[in-house]
This record gives sequence, C-alpha cells and structure tokens, in this order.
Amino acid sequence: MKRLLRDRRAIFGAGVLLVVVAAALAAPLVSRRDADQPDIVATRFLPPLAADARGAIHPLGTDRFGRDVWTRLVYGARISLGVGALAVLLAIAIGLAVGAVAGYWRGPLRALLLAFTDIALALPRVVLLLLLAALWRPSAALVIVVLGLTGWMSVARLVQGEVRSLAARPFVEGARALGISRARILWRHILPNALTPVIVAAALGIGNAIMLEAGLSFLGLGVQPPTPSWGSMIASGRDTLVNAPWVAAAPGLALVLVVVACTLLGDALQDALDPTRGSRAPPAL
Amino acid sequence: MLPALARRAATGLAVVAGVVTLTFFLLRLAPGDPVELLLGPTATPAQITSQRHTLALDRPLAVQYVAWLRRFARGEWGTSIATGRPVRALLGEAVPATLELVGLSLMLSCLLGVAVGAVQASARPRVDTALSVATVTLFAVPGYWLGLMLVMMFTYWARALPAFGRVGLDGDLLAGGPWLADRLRHLVLPLATLTLIGIGGIARFVRGAMRDVVGQPFVRTAQAKGLAPFEVMWRHVARNALIPVAILLGLSFPALFSGGVFVEFVFAWPGVGRRLVEAVLARDYPVVMAATALSAMLVVAGNLLADGLVGWIDPRIRQRSDAA
Repeated sequence: MKRLLRDRRAIFGAGVLLVVVAAALAAPLVSRRDADQPDIVATRFLPPLAADARGAIHPLGTDRFGRDVWTRLVYGARISLGVGALAVLLAIAIGLAVGAVAGYWRGPLRALLLAFTDIALALPRVVLLLLLAALWRPSAALVIVVLGLTGWMSVARLVQGEVRSLAARPFVEGARALGISRARILWRHILPNALTPVIVAAALGIGNAIMLEAGLSFLGLGVQPPTPSWGSMIASGRDTLVNAPWVAAAPGLALVLVVVACTLLGDALQDALDPTRGSRAPPAL
Repeated sequence: MLPALARRAATGLAVVAGVVTLTFFLLRLAPGDPVELLLGPTATPAQITSQRHTLALDRPLAVQYVAWLRRFARGEWGTSIATGRPVRALLGEAVPATLELVGLSLMLSCLLGVAVGAVQASARPRVDTALSVATVTLFAVPGYWLGLMLVMMFTYWARALPAFGRVGLDGDLLAGGPWLADRLRHLVLPLATLTLIGIGGIARFVRGAMRDVVGQPFVRTAQAKGLAPFEVMWRHVARNALIPVAILLGLSFPALFSGGVFVEFVFAWPGVGRRLVEAVLARDYPVVMAATALSAMLVVAGNLLADGLVGWIDPRIRQRSDAA
C-alpha cells in the first residue's frame, strides 16, 4: 500500500477513476436535464461554453438535437463504467472457476480446460463479440454477458498457474493432513492466496471492457439510443464531424482518459504486488 | 524446429475447427427461424416445410453439422442473403485488402514501436517519462475514434487526404504512377490510425523487456569491457529483448485484427472486418459464419508466422525443439 501511494501512476489513475465515478453517481447534481427543450433549432450545435437562448451555459456544447453534451457524457459514464465493471466481474468469476479447477484437479479435465482456454485465447475477441451480438437483440445486458464470456481466458490462465504452485506448498499438505475436504481447501486456503494477479488483471481488464463496450455501441450493436453511451455518442458525432466536431471529440477524450487511468493503475498495482519485477524495471511514470 | 511447428499447426487447426463448430451451434441456438426469415411472413406452412427440407434443416443436428463441415472444407460457403452474391467471392475480394492494411501496419508498428521502446530504455528519465505518457495514451485510444479525428483534421480541415475506401472514384481509369499515388493516398489515414495504436502497445512492451535485460550481468560485462553504449544496446540488449517481443507479436495478432475491424469500418476499407460488420448489421448469417472462420484462419496463420520468427531469433528454442 505504501508503495502504491508513492507511485505517481497509481495516484493519477485512482484519482481520475474516483472523479469519473463520483461524477457518474452524482450525475443529476452536476448536470442539467431539460425535459422540455423549447426550441431545438436554436439550441442545436452550440459550440462548447456557449450560452443558449435562455442563458444556460453548455460547457461542452450541444448535439444535433440540442442536447447538452456534458449531461450526456456524465450519464453515459454510468453506462460505460457500469457495463465495464460488471463485464469484468463476470469474466473474473468464470476465469476463477476455470482456473481453479484446471489448477487443482490433475488429469484429463485439466488438459481439456487448458486446451479450451488456449483456443478461446487465440480468437480475435472483436470477431467473437460481433458474432454474439449479431445473434441476439442488442442491449446493455447482452454486452455485459458477451464481454464476460470473451474476457475470462487470461484470468483463467493466471489463476491456474497460481493455484498449481500453491497446491504444492506445505500449508496445503498440512490442511489435507487435517482431513479438510478438497473443495474447502481450494476455497478457503488456495483461492484467497491466488487473488493477487487477478486484481491486476481486473484493473487492466476494466479499461479494455469499457473500450470494447464503446466499440460495440459505436457500431450500433451495444447499448441502444437514446440511452447515452460513450460509444454511441461518438457514432452520432460521426455525422456532424464538419460543423460540430465536439460532439464526437468529447466522449472520445473521456474514453481515453478513463482507459489510461485503468492502465496506469494496473501497471502500478502490478509493480506494487510483485516486488521482484518492480526492482528490475523502474516505473515508467 | 519442425516438430514444434507441426504441433503449433495442429493447435491452429483445432482453433479453426473450434470456431467453425462454435459458429454452427451458436447460429442454431439463436432465436429466429432462418426459413421464416428467408420466405417472409406470407409463407404457407407447406412452403416452410418444403423449404426446410430443401435446406436440410429437418435432418438431425449432428447430420446437419457433418454436412456443413464437409461443405465448409470444400469451400462451398453459400450465398449472401443481403447481396445475393457467393460468399466465397465476396470474402475473396476482401482478403487482399485486409492483408494489405493489417500486414503493413504490423510491420510499421513493429519497426517504430521497437525503436521508441529502445530509445526509452536507454534515454534519460525525463525523455522516458514523456514517451511513456505518449505510448500509454496511444495504447488507450480507440481506433475508430482516432480515425474520425484524423479524418476531421486531414480530410475536412486540411482537405489533403481521402477518408473513404481503397481507391478513388476514377480509380479504374488510372494506370501507372497516378494509380499508385491514388492507392497510397487512400491508404495513409487507415494505416496511420492502426499503426499509431500499434506503436503504443509494442513500445510499452519493448521498453519493459529491454529494461529487464539491461539489469542482467552479461550487459554489465559488455559495458565493463568498454563497448560503446550504442553497441551494448543493439548487439546485446536488443537481441535478447526481441525474443519476448516476437512472442508478443504472435499473441497480439488477434488484437491487431480486432483493431483492424473498427478501422476498416470507419474508413470504408473493403476488407474482411468491414464485410463482417456489414453482415452482422444486416443479419447476413452465411457471410457472418464464413467471415468469422476466415478471421480465425488469418489469425492462426499470423500466430504460426510469429512462432517461426521466434525460433529463428532464438537459437535455444530451435535446439530444444530439435532435441525433442
């Protein structure tokens, strides 16, 4: 923890994520939601920081329906972060289950699970995502399931390796000598010790999941309009790139900022949790 | 070397077989009856039954699966529902475009990424930090968004480069020099988008790999015997650091291909990725299935190439697998 607090990357990453999460949670407080827009033609395509006819300031301008981009960005953060977090949770749950079983039970089951993991890992994830998204009606829930189902492989491999080395440790032998059941040993003694690499994978995975959710929504296969998602906001800004570039630029910048924060936090966590690596390669930032 | 490659090729075949099987069963699992979709709402039950029989959809699932595998292996990939064209022709045209874009981008991002990473590993902390900020940002940028921003700058504002497609409207009338210039102008923006993102990932990895090698005793020996820093870097550090980089290349091939899908879509680049997205949006299942399998094959081929490369760079791996 001390290491982490001295790491500039961790401070930046955690700081950015805290601010974005706070803004998303407090969306009604930090933004304005006009149920009745008096005159769409007069308020649409206002540049950032411009005031509309009623004197209200739009910090990031308005889009083609006269909607405030900042408001949509803040509400979109709820979707983007929520979907990303839930998808990573699902991926971790699947990865933990597969990795624990493959790491603890020897024999053909292990070989089968590992082969399956390798095959799944060798597929282009976006192609799988598109395939799954094509088959069912697009929704936020589908995106979560699909991202979870295509994101568990790296977690499974990390956990498998960790469980395998832990299972050979004396404390596990001791537990077995005490007559504790295999399932209980795995659950109470091995898995808690195998969680370290999972934390790093989660931090890196959440950035990735947020980016992929935005990608699917950009293609129209994710969260459906009018619900704001950063990806669908970029897609709608695509048509107005010439006269209102801020509509596409703002959600993209937000996306980059959040993904950078997740990556830096993940890097810092990795160095803090694995001191042998940290001593050899000094942190980049 | 050869047995190892043969083993990898077998794994690759398993991957492709797995994907083909997965697509088949997923499509059967999905809601919606393809026959009703094909015939429309006015079809009579008798028509539906006969159409189902013609398409062999009334046979047991296992029989359908084997028949489908056989047709797939023979290259009979069916007809696109949306365009009415044979799927094989549709995708056959798309493969060269994808290979051109993704292949060139892979080469460029490798060269530039390794260069940036190597500079970072030997540069002063301030330079290293600045470059790290740049690479981590590039790594986090979504390809389609970067593409849109480049289009905004270079097409709408500077009016310098075309934003869509692989050839201009008058492409068929051009020959020789002007033809090449037209193709290159169309290539610049998608290639730049994909390459910039690739550089971010590769440079980050190369920097770490080289830093790991720099700390090892043989590097200190090289320094102690009076070699110039540049010599140490390129003759001793880079050679060892390139091994994990080559392994990473194989592993990052799926990601690169995934990035290519979005970039192809944004730039209307007529590649496999764009065809796949269009087919998904149109629910054009024969094209979706074939494009998925084809993507898996391209990725597996890329992985095999990377494996060969690793063996070529690292004599230890060559010997180990020769002995095995």
